Amino acid sequence: MTDVAIRAEGLTKWFGQGEAKMCAVREVSFEARFHEMLYIVGPSGSGKTTLLSIISGILRPDEGKVSVENTDVWALKENALADFRLNKIGFVFQDFHLFPNLTTVENVAIPLVLKRRDWNESIKEASKYLDIVGLSARAHLSPTRLSGGEQQRVAIARALASGPDLMIFDEPTASLDGDTGKKIVEFVKRDILTDHRCIVVVTHDDRIYDYADRILHMEDGRLLDGKGGADA
Amino acid sequence: MLGILRIAYKLLVNDKGKFAALLMGLTFSVFLMIQMTSMFAGMMKKASATVTNTGAKVWVMDRAVTNVSSAIPMPDYVLDAVRSIDGVKYAVPLYSGAGLVHLADGTYQPVTVLGLDDTSLFGRPALIEGNITDIFAENGFIVVKDAEFPKLNNPKLGTEFELNDNRGVIVGIATVPASGLFGIPTLYTTYSRAIQYIPSMRYTISFILIEPQNNAAIPHIQEEIAHLGYETVTEQGFIDKITSWYMFRTGMGINLLLMTAISFVVGLSISGQTFYTFVLENLGKFGALKAIGAKGHELVAMIFFQAGVTGLAGYGLGIGLCAGLIALARLRMPDYASIVTYGNLLLALGMVLVISAFSGYIAVRKVLRIDPYDIFRG
Repeated sequence: MTDVAIRAEGLTKWFGQGEAKMCAVREVSFEARFHEMLYIVGPSGSGKTTLLSIISGILRPDEGKVSVENTDVWALKENALADFRLNKIGFVFQDFHLFPNLTTVENVAIPLVLKRRDWNESIKEASKYLDIVGLSARAHLSPTRLSGGEQQRVAIARALASGPDLMIFDEPTASLDGDTGKKIVEFVKRDILTDHRCIVVVTHDDRIYDYADRILHMEDGRLLDGKGGADA
Repeated sequence: MLGILRIAYKLLVNDKGKFAALLMGLTFSVFLMIQMTSMFAGMMKKASATVTNTGAKVWVMDRAVTNVSSAIPMPDYVLDAVRSIDGVKYAVPLYSGAGLVHLADGTYQPVTVLGLDDTSLFGRPALIEGNITDIFAENGFIVVKDAEFPKLNNPKLGTEFELNDNRGVIVGIATVPASGLFGIPTLYTTYSRAIQYIPSMRYTISFILIEPQNNAAIPHIQEEIAHLGYETVTEQGFIDKITSWYMFRTGMGINLLLMTAISFVVGLSISGQTFYTFVLENLGKFGALKAIGAKGHELVAMIFFQAGVTGLAGYGLGIGLCAGLIALARLRMPDYASIVTYGNLLLALGMVLVISAFSGYIAVRKVLRIDPYDIFRG
């Protein structure tokens, strides 16, 4: 396995047309390695989320190339791209996007079910991931009955369930109070980041910068600190 | 795929408020659709009661006849001519007319009088009391024991009455598969007595009933009788003719069709709108699924499965509600004209599937358009 998890080269993304046309991401290039917790930070509107969407195979760039584990992401066709996201990437959304009408363990089992695993087997395996995030006792509750921190952990368990090489965290502390946010990020760094996994976190919460291995600063769609980024 | 559908099912049924609203809309719609078409089917069955009760394979009548109660009498020579056609095993006359019974308590009650061929009594009903040969006794009548029977004050064997100022005696009590549409009792007697008791014009044969030698002979018989200027139809053909008349010439069919169409539109709009709202509320979740790696066809399958489950559940509940209400109505009105036929059920199923497909389609369009990037943007 190569040491480089993500290689982004010259990524550019435009939105709008005519006079309203603006560049959200401009010629961004960087690399992320396995066993690295990479932060992309910057003010609102700096292009962090757009960059995150491009590298995770959700938003097609206008220019440039992204490789995840040597797979040219945007060369993949639609179904292959969906499979790529399902098998290689674990998403933890800012608002968690848990299904309130499913139990906690069923929420975690979703990626496994999408991989066409048997239902009972999926639930059984999902329970293990819930155990990893310390919520096995809450397996059969609706996510609406969990606290914000617990919901975040469920979202992490769901992301882990697909067995991803790359985990994407979008503003992981935005919906949490300061202490809970720190505990979550600490837990992620300690228990989730492995030798075969790269974690990319988009945030503008400077209270959790200490947990980053490397930080990329973005402003106006550009990386401020060049290709490599600054070591935290 | 089963696991994905299981998720879709749980997302649907665990949203109890929306699911209940969806079910209510569909149940109400299916109930109305089945109720309307069942009423029509029930009325048509009753309108064709004489045809089905008589059991003749082939019927001859004046071309202007539209239903059993509007018989136009034919001259006797037509019967002779029919009997002489190749392929006719036998042919008998049937009288069908209306009379007025004067009951012992002094009240009057309109009745349908059917006069059976004196020789064969072809088309006679099944007796539950009395002996069929007693119909030949003086003033002998057989009364049909159906929902209208009490209107004759529940007559017994030997009960006397007056029919158009002639004495009548009940000599038998019979049962028939279907009773008539207009809610009046039915009396059977012999053809000769019927034309004697009921005032009529010069011609007296309402219908000629034919037993063909075989079914292959029917077209030839129809052709020969057409040369005489009369119409020949099979039993089913006559039922279809009656149904067609009620459907297209009385306004009844159009009204019921309109009600059925309105029920369909009500179901379509309620369930379409509710399902669309349900999907809109879950749009973020569908977007998250798409981001995680669900493929377009899997989301389409989920939505159509949800629409299908809702449709079929509403269909079942609608049928149950309709059947329950018909049963309830029959407790008070035993002759309530409403029957749920396989045709009604298939029609309603077809309409429910259209409603489900439409609801699913508008929802799918929305879900397929959602960009997972919107999930990141919040």
